[in-house]
Amino acid sequence: MLPDQAFNTAISFLVNCDLQHYSGESAATYFTQLAVMMFLMFVSAGTGLAAAAILMNALKLRTTTQLGNFYNYFIKSCTRILLPLSIVLAVFLMINGMPMTFHGKDTITTLQGDTVQVSRGPVAAFVPIKHIGTNGGGFYGANSTHPLENPNYLTNFILMVSQCILPFAIVFALGFYLKKHKFAWMVFGVMTLGFLCLVIPTVISEVHGNPAIIKMGIDNSSGAMEGKEVRLGAPASGYWAIMTTVISTGSVNCMHDSTMPLSGMNELWAMMVNCFYGGKGVGFLNFYVFIIIAVFMSGLMVGRTPEFHGKKIEAKEMKIASIVALWHPLLILAFTAFACFVYVHHPIRYAYWLNNPGYHGFSEMLYEYTSSSANNGSGFEGLGDTPSKFWNVTCGFVLIFGRYLPIIGQIAIAGSLAGKKFIPESAGTLKTDTVTFGVMVFAVIVIIAALSFFPALSLGPIAEYFSMR
Amino acid sequence: MKKYILPSIVLSIVSMLVFVVIYTLIVWGIGYAVAPNHGNGEVVTVNGKVVGYKLVGQSFTQAKYFNGRPSSTTPAYNAASSGGSNKGPSNPDYLKGVQAAIDTFMKYNPTIKKEDVPVEMVTMSGSGLDPDISPKAAMVQIPRIAKERHLSEEQLTALVNKHIEKPFLGPAHINVLLLNVDLDGLAAK
Repeated sequence: MLPDQAFNTAISFLVNCDLQHYSGESAATYFTQLAVMMFLMFVSAGTGLAAAAILMNALKLRTTTQLGNFYNYFIKSCTRILLPLSIVLAVFLMINGMPMTFHGKDTITTLQGDTVQVSRGPVAAFVPIKHIGTNGGGFYGANSTHPLENPNYLTNFILMVSQCILPFAIVFALGFYLKKHKFAWMVFGVMTLGFLCLVIPTVISEVHGNPAIIKMGIDNSSGAMEGKEVRLGAPASGYWAIMTTVISTGSVNCMHDSTMPLSGMNELWAMMVNCFYGGKGVGFLNFYVFIIIAVFMSGLMVGRTPEFHGKKIEAKEMKIASIVALWHPLLILAFTAFACFVYVHHPIRYAYWLNNPGYHGFSEMLYEYTSSSANNGSGFEGLGDTPSKFWNVTCGFVLIFGRYLPIIGQIAIAGSLAGKKFIPESAGTLKTDTVTFGVMVFAVIVIIAALSFFPALSLGPIAEYFSMR
Repeated sequence: MKKYILPSIVLSIVSMLVFVVIYTLIVWGIGYAVAPNHGNGEVVTVNGKVVGYKLVGQSFTQAKYFNGRPSSTTPAYNAASSGGSNKGPSNPDYLKGVQAAIDTFMKYNPTIKKEDVPVEMVTMSGSGLDPDISPKAAMVQIPRIAKERHLSEEQLTALVNKHIEKPFLGPAHINVLLLNVDLDGLAAK
């Protein structure tokens, strides 16, 4: 691994993104995989859960400056939640044939007489925390498409459940903690509505298949099979593609670069919005910002003081919320524009960047920065990022800026609200646990995302979609 | 400063010990007891000789075997470096490649019609190591193999039907390696 690649990898696992500019089985030793990648997958997930606990305290305690001890939350998250779940999942996966061995590559002679090396390794220790912690970094280069990393349809199903279990749980934990169950259902409802809007068209377009291949007149009943596995099939691959992008996992069970244009667009939307479920803890933090904005806007619309759980939202909180909401688009669009500028001025030197020409090539670059900023880690892997200093370094910075600066803002809002005087609920208070308010939050999310990203998406996947009709 | 730095260092060392050393050993120990082949991966043997891993696809290009899906690794089915083609759906070079794969498949299996060429046999798998093909993809290869091996089509159809795995959920599929091992056994009789 070269220095720039190591820089990118270290940051990427530290911030719970697990963008991989290397191939697991060839570029990293078992020691690096376990002591660096797997270690960081545990602790970054624990940090996310600890941050969520602090936010919940800020929302629960009426007036306080003490939000709890980070070490306490961190240790409890890791040892009470992540560790036991990982062990149970590991046992299930090993029974289904996932290897767990320290013997290296095995050399075998195949039935046809070829000599091949088969990578094995301590996969079953690595994969559970990859999903439980919504990390997503694969043991093998092909991630969860690899038959040893995802042996059958049942493991595929269980891995899908295990990656969404904590992000779902966080939402309900919040309702339980604040004793506001209806509020939790409102949040979960909005998130699920957003998820369904993305997943249904994606599954349909994957099952329908590639229109350009349909024109060739062959039996297309399996759907779009480029980059997919027969044991998983097109529908489960399309479903996973959205699940992994709405949640910040980023593990893949099909090659996203080869998914249909509309599926690619929905994968991008999922990461651009980055708050439908979202990574454990962080997803709700992002959602929280949109709630603040929605409270403020609906307060203005109906002429009431914007209050959220008995705390008045004022100019200071709104400023931070706006900066956080716009920071994510700014990072993605500015860096994509910069990369396009560099590429257009040196098309020969950087020809290796793009695996596909035209609109799809643009999507590859847009996807990489979106995935970095959203701390997702999946990729349009055709992008030639592995040998490129440019991509290793720029994505490294986007990863840090995309992860930590928004958290500072979100915690600052929570802290500032926690310090304010508590106003008891009255007839004039805007209710935040109703369907109406849910629709409002959904509208705020959609409007901000559409205004920020629609132009970029229309240059990439949307243009590609219409060019293929 | 010391108040913050020291506990952080202790925490890092302890978590390293718990999550890397202890956790890995627990999983490894359970795996040794419950996983197939002590966690070394399930192998397929013929006459006591290992011919492959059940879950890892291998290259079958010869006409006398059921062929697997195209693989984008170099060389094909390189189980030490997995990966997909990452070709975009509208890429003109890619579409030419698919067309060429269709032509090759039809030349190879001259009895079948174009509309019977299964899409998964002309597109590359995500890992490059897909161990399975669909039942249809096996059926269309039967006439070719019957001719190569001087076996009847009924015998082969029965063999293929025996190998169809239909899980409770998910698509039906056939493990190409297991199918070919049985095919060799059938031909040897």
